[in-house]
Amino acid sequence: MMSESNNTQISFVLNGQPVKAHVQTHHSVLDVLRNTFELYGARESCGQGLCGCCTVIVDGKSVSGCLALAADLDGTRVETVEGLDASGQLDPVQQAFIDCGAFQCGFCTSGFLLMSKQLLASNPNPTESEIKHYLAGNLCRCAAYPEIIQAVRLAADRINAGSQA
Amino acid sequence: MKMETQRDQTRELGRSRGRFEAQAKVSGRAEYIHNLTLPRMLHAKILRSTVAHGRIVSIDKSEAEALEGVHSVITSEDIMTVMPEPYFGPAFHDQPILAVGKVHYVGEPVAVVLSEDPYIAEEATHLIDVTYEELPAVFNEVEAAESKVVVHDELRPAGTFPDLKHLAGRRDTNIALDFQVRTGDVEKAFAEADHIFEHSFRTQQVMHTPLEPMISVGELTDSGITVHTASQSPSFVRLEIARLLRWPESRVRVRTAFLGGGFGAKLYVKLEALAVALTMLARRPVRVALTMEEQFYTITKHATTFKIKSAVNKEGRITGRKCTVWWNGGAYADIGPRVTQKSGFTAPGPYEIDNVWVDSYQVYTNLPPAGAFRGFGITQLVWAYESQADIIARELGMDPVEFRRLNMLREGRPHATGTIMRDAALIEVLDRTAERMKWNEPFDRGTEKLRRGRGVGVGYKALVAPTTSVAMVTLSADGSCFLHMSTVDMGQASNTTMSMVAAEVLGIDPEDIKVIRPDTDVTPYDMATLGSRSTFHMGHAVRLAAEDAVEKMKVLAAQLSVPEGEPLEAGKLLKQRYGMQAGNIVGVGSYIPDYISPNKETGHSENITPNWMIGGCGVEVEVDTETGQFRLVRMENVVDCGTALNPKIVETQVSGAAIMQIGAALYENMEFDEDGQLRNASFAEYKIPGITDLPDQIGNEAVDAYQNNGPFGAKGVGESGAFGVASAIAAAIEDAVGVRLTSMPMKYETVCQELHANDPKFRQWGE
Repeated sequence: MMSESNNTQISFVLNGQPVKAHVQTHHSVLDVLRNTFELYGARESCGQGLCGCCTVIVDGKSVSGCLALAADLDGTRVETVEGLDASGQLDPVQQAFIDCGAFQCGFCTSGFLLMSKQLLASNPNPTESEIKHYLAGNLCRCAAYPEIIQAVRLAADRINAGSQA
Repeated sequence: MKMETQRDQTRELGRSRGRFEAQAKVSGRAEYIHNLTLPRMLHAKILRSTVAHGRIVSIDKSEAEALEGVHSVITSEDIMTVMPEPYFGPAFHDQPILAVGKVHYVGEPVAVVLSEDPYIAEEATHLIDVTYEELPAVFNEVEAAESKVVVHDELRPAGTFPDLKHLAGRRDTNIALDFQVRTGDVEKAFAEADHIFEHSFRTQQVMHTPLEPMISVGELTDSGITVHTASQSPSFVRLEIARLLRWPESRVRVRTAFLGGGFGAKLYVKLEALAVALTMLARRPVRVALTMEEQFYTITKHATTFKIKSAVNKEGRITGRKCTVWWNGGAYADIGPRVTQKSGFTAPGPYEIDNVWVDSYQVYTNLPPAGAFRGFGITQLVWAYESQADIIARELGMDPVEFRRLNMLREGRPHATGTIMRDAALIEVLDRTAERMKWNEPFDRGTEKLRRGRGVGVGYKALVAPTTSVAMVTLSADGSCFLHMSTVDMGQASNTTMSMVAAEVLGIDPEDIKVIRPDTDVTPYDMATLGSRSTFHMGHAVRLAAEDAVEKMKVLAAQLSVPEGEPLEAGKLLKQRYGMQAGNIVGVGSYIPDYISPNKETGHSENITPNWMIGGCGVEVEVDTETGQFRLVRMENVVDCGTALNPKIVETQVSGAAIMQIGAALYENMEFDEDGQLRNASFAEYKIPGITDLPDQIGNEAVDAYQNNGPFGAKGVGESGAFGVASAIAAAIEDAVGVRLTSMPMKYETVCQELHANDPKFRQWGE
């Protein structure tokens, strides 16, 4: 069960910084982010990987932090919402979410931001239906969905304008 | 999308501003109680009842206690050593912190395990062995109103509400409140009617599912106890915890942070009493945090059955209406009796009807408790009265908008309770909804296979009264400003809007105001953040507090012989007064509106509410006639919120409420088996609206209106967008394919079955 032998040490890169952590094999990615690194931007809500509030990016791919095991982070690169503005400058996706009012309570926002950023990395000019399809796994109970779609479009336009300039 | 209104000459208000905490929310740094960890903190995991109604014969906790890492296993016996009478509730003191002797629904908390490791606490709950002697249970609200099976042996009103006192000690009943309205002679109206319509409409039990699941953390301090809690009602929690501990309120501190959604789920006492009792027992901080699944067992929205019978004359005027509403309150009353009354008197709809009879019953059943849910009962009522409006119009061959216009309550006319309608832009909301739908223009009905239809509906809500809000504005000697208030910002941007109100009066930039988060040690009393009451009540309190500060600055200016007409600047005045950067100017504002409670026999009152909040909705659907599947092509939401103080925020509130209501209208349904077991307490099987469920087009509008007794002409808006959605969808489906649905949620398969049953082509296949 939860004996000492289940302890394991992992090393990974967290928002650009190499880190180490002691975890138990049943600990989730959220457990280690919260308890070891005091990062709260990824949050447990549904606990089943269905709402997207716990989204983190592992080796460039979005992962449900409430289901993924911390031990599996060993040797990976992990990005959380806290990494987006680590430089002190807001990411264009963050700025667009602010400008469009793309959230109310804000609890789901980290997941939407990371998914939107991942979408724009693979598809710099998504249509409305592509945005909806890509964000279908993220839930917002305040239902700021129309504003989220606007924000992704705005971020795309700004990023594209910037890259042309 | 234009929502700007300009009635007052305001500098700040009426301008769109984003949430001041926006940057914190996009950076993952916004504070939620969810984030809180305290030194030496224990985690609590709850063991819940597996039977709907039963006596607890025994609880064997020895195996759980023996598990390594378990701190303690707690039952109601332990709770009673720190809280001798461990029952709570805003209307009835009927809900035990942990089950005492009996359980009343599947999912009721029975025991708790504490451990430093939440995984160990969880594991240990499975080692507790509870033996129940099962009792017969009752689940349906109409059956329960008459049933021999009673959920509680005796009713225990809390004493808070005068109109519940007569229920004290009542036995052998599940009816926790009966409220009635009697106006005119309804039987005579039926006798003389040209047409009589009688229908029954049902709504289902649903859950708010705030994405930050409920959480409370208790902490002993040198002066008493602190509860850190995701609560919409910190002032009430303090009062109730103090009562349970038999302590003065000054020894209880309740603080909140931003809430990850509330929608009515986080009101009154939820986990706070348990967190406090566990903290008292363990003498260590205790975190009680629910999973999404557990939220379904904590508080829900009332399922209802609404029988509505209407007398209508040849011209299409409604001459009489009899409404009987049964509210399924579940096992504990929570705020249900208020829902029954405060919504009950609006059951006849926003129509001028001379003869009205309303019976509204709050009924106990052996299901999870029901309480406040965005709309406070209004969405259930609008569903019925607007659905019937469409049925009547259709049968009389009248246009549904015209039928409503003919019957609608006008300014200056009496409501069924006798209250004269003031500042209720019902007609304007109806007309703007119809105009936005291009109601009178030719309409494309689609193809034989994909048929299109349209519907509209208007609902109204009386603002809950009488309730109190207090606010405090503190100016410092460098001119900076603090706003102390207990309104909880759960996404509705109250911190931003209230800063704008204060700034308007003080003549400063709203972004220079720091809002002090609800903390009962430092923020003054507020009844709660509920029922769209904050803009009106707290709006007034903040306005008054700022005006008080301005008055104090004027007095100070006069004392300091500042020439009249010079602008009042707190910083300058204080520096002059104290000779250095020192001192404060403190303004206080307190607000409670006028109100006359309704007569017990007739439900009449000359002043039953400070204002009416109005929401209209127009919907266009496209229905696949072969499969019954339908989609929302268009949704137009129109509200009367008086002045839109922050138009962009108003728009997102309206659209958010309407989209949320699509969930209850089409998908969400707590499904119980015959034993009262909930079968779908998770997002895997309980669907809430996602981004792909949006209508193709959404429009939102606040009509040009002014609430004369409101702060700067404003009133609340958080719920209005939800009112008209469900009935408009039902009307649109009927308009498209002739299928009338009378139960929520409206499922594709029901439409499919009805289409097939009515179509000879499909009937053949079945035969």
